[in-house]
Amino acid sequence: MKDNWKRYVFAILVFSFFAFSLHLYSIKNFEYRKGYNSKLAQNGELVWQKYNCQSCHQMYGLGGYLGPDLTNVLSVNGKNATYVLAVIQTGNKQMPANNLSEDEKTEIIEFLKSTDASGVSDPKSFVKQVNGMISKDGNGN
Amino acid sequence: METENKIGKFFLAVALIMLTLGLIFGGIASISYISPGFASSWIGFVQLRPLHVSCIMFFILIGASGSVYSGLNSLMPKSAYIPIAYLQLGLWLVAIIFILFSYSTKQFGGREYWEFPPKYAILIALAWLLFLYNFVTVVIKIKKWPVYIWMWMTGVFFFLLTFTENYLWEFPYFREHFVKDMTIQWKANGSLVGSWNQMIYGTAFFLMDKLSGNTAGSKSNLAFRMYFLGLGNLMFNWGHHIYTLPTENYIRVVSYAVSMTEWILLARIIYLFRKTVTEAQKLFHYFPFRFLFASEIWVFLNLALAILMSIPVLNLYTHGTHITVAHAMGTTIGINTMILLGACFEFMMKKNDTLVGSKVLNFVFWLTQFSLFVFWVTLIIIGLNRGMWQMQTTPSPFSSMMAEQGGLFHVFVVSGIVLMISLLTIAVALLNSFFKEIFSRKLSA
Repeated sequence: MKDNWKRYVFAILVFSFFAFSLHLYSIKNFEYRKGYNSKLAQNGELVWQKYNCQSCHQMYGLGGYLGPDLTNVLSVNGKNATYVLAVIQTGNKQMPANNLSEDEKTEIIEFLKSTDASGVSDPKSFVKQVNGMISKDGNGN
Repeated sequence: METENKIGKFFLAVALIMLTLGLIFGGIASISYISPGFASSWIGFVQLRPLHVSCIMFFILIGASGSVYSGLNSLMPKSAYIPIAYLQLGLWLVAIIFILFSYSTKQFGGREYWEFPPKYAILIALAWLLFLYNFVTVVIKIKKWPVYIWMWMTGVFFFLLTFTENYLWEFPYFREHFVKDMTIQWKANGSLVGSWNQMIYGTAFFLMDKLSGNTAGSKSNLAFRMYFLGLGNLMFNWGHHIYTLPTENYIRVVSYAVSMTEWILLARIIYLFRKTVTEAQKLFHYFPFRFLFASEIWVFLNLALAILMSIPVLNLYTHGTHITVAHAMGTTIGINTMILLGACFEFMMKKNDTLVGSKVLNFVFWLTQFSLFVFWVTLIIIGLNRGMWQMQTTPSPFSSMMAEQGGLFHVFVVSGIVLMISLLTIAVALLNSFFKEIFSRKLSA
């Protein structure tokens, strides 16, 4: 009898875990700036995966460490779709040249437009709060 | 025969072979940091990274499975259904062959961080289902579970759950929003790590019980409170991976709050430090214990680092930098590998093996700890430099920042190669002992 507390705690934790998971799966209201084709962007994510870009590059600081974060690469001064496609095509020091099809080129650019539209990955863009939290506008958002 | 833990030893031997391969691929891959394009004419970094990661993942998962089988065999001899265990190992081997071959033909899964073409995940999931079946049929017969059985059960169950969750992106619904996709990806990844940690830490608990001869600790209420603290973190602290992702703010709040409960674990380690050292002095001559003691030191160092990284304002300086790599390497090598090597020495080597306690192995043990420490500290320094760089108002180009750290990358590569050699020596010694036993049995049969 006195060991029952373990079962209760376990059951509560497992229930909370599933409830939280289902809630996260159901979220739909991510706010995006528009300006890209959603279907092509989804395909572009698969192109990103096909060429294993994440082994060297990051999105929102998540990925490899040999190359720069590419979340907002299309917004960086002097770097546009033409520049990105040229680097993909020719490669540079570490980066191998990748021979993408015309469709894949269109899709990867739409994917990069979608990541750019999703937000800003630069850690400087966050406001630091005294309680250790961070936010975009200083109000917890 | 099975009371001799044959199946556990087979799992551990396969795990050690994967460790050997993973170390070699990692060693070659690291050279890319000081010699861009190294070996790219025959194998690129884009292939070496997943080769390294997958082999180490196979080592951890198959090693954890072997440790659990060995533990179950010790608690309930002849209980596990052996043909199922062999089928499980067979499925793993087929999956390993397909996955390693897919990298050689440049077929990738392309998802951070353990990636391979998704179709091969079915083989791993099937192998794990068999493991779950075998595990449940044994532990159901045990009354009043000690904490390590709860931990093993958590690990076995949650691995299957989160491994499956990791493939939800295959459904367009989960991929329609990039941010949602990343949120679920890192939810699954975070809990996946927690699941094998439960299996490995459970093994450490089991071994400590066995080595010290004191089984009261693993049944105490305190042990269970610590277990539930770990379980809560497994389930809810994953958000610290995605503080900078523009997802729902409450994910950050929940993760921050849950992660801070780890201060309790850190405080407990400090409180028990004197007792731990006293115990270590008694048992340090015994090799399995020595690895467990090393893992406790690494738990302390990496837990302290993890807690600091989980504070959002500090995370801005560490996220996406090599401090994250230091944490991953510190936990994978310092904690998981040390515990699994301790388990290998306990379960695979004969007590009278002349290699155990030899001067060579003693030297290699210390070389492993020293090189890992240099490796870990170097990664933290590289990460701090990158963290400061990314917070500058007008940072220099990425390539300049990387080039300025050339000296540190040399230290990282050299210490990494020394670490690779020392771990390889230990793995080969264990495998040598295992194969000698197999061949001597065959000759005497």
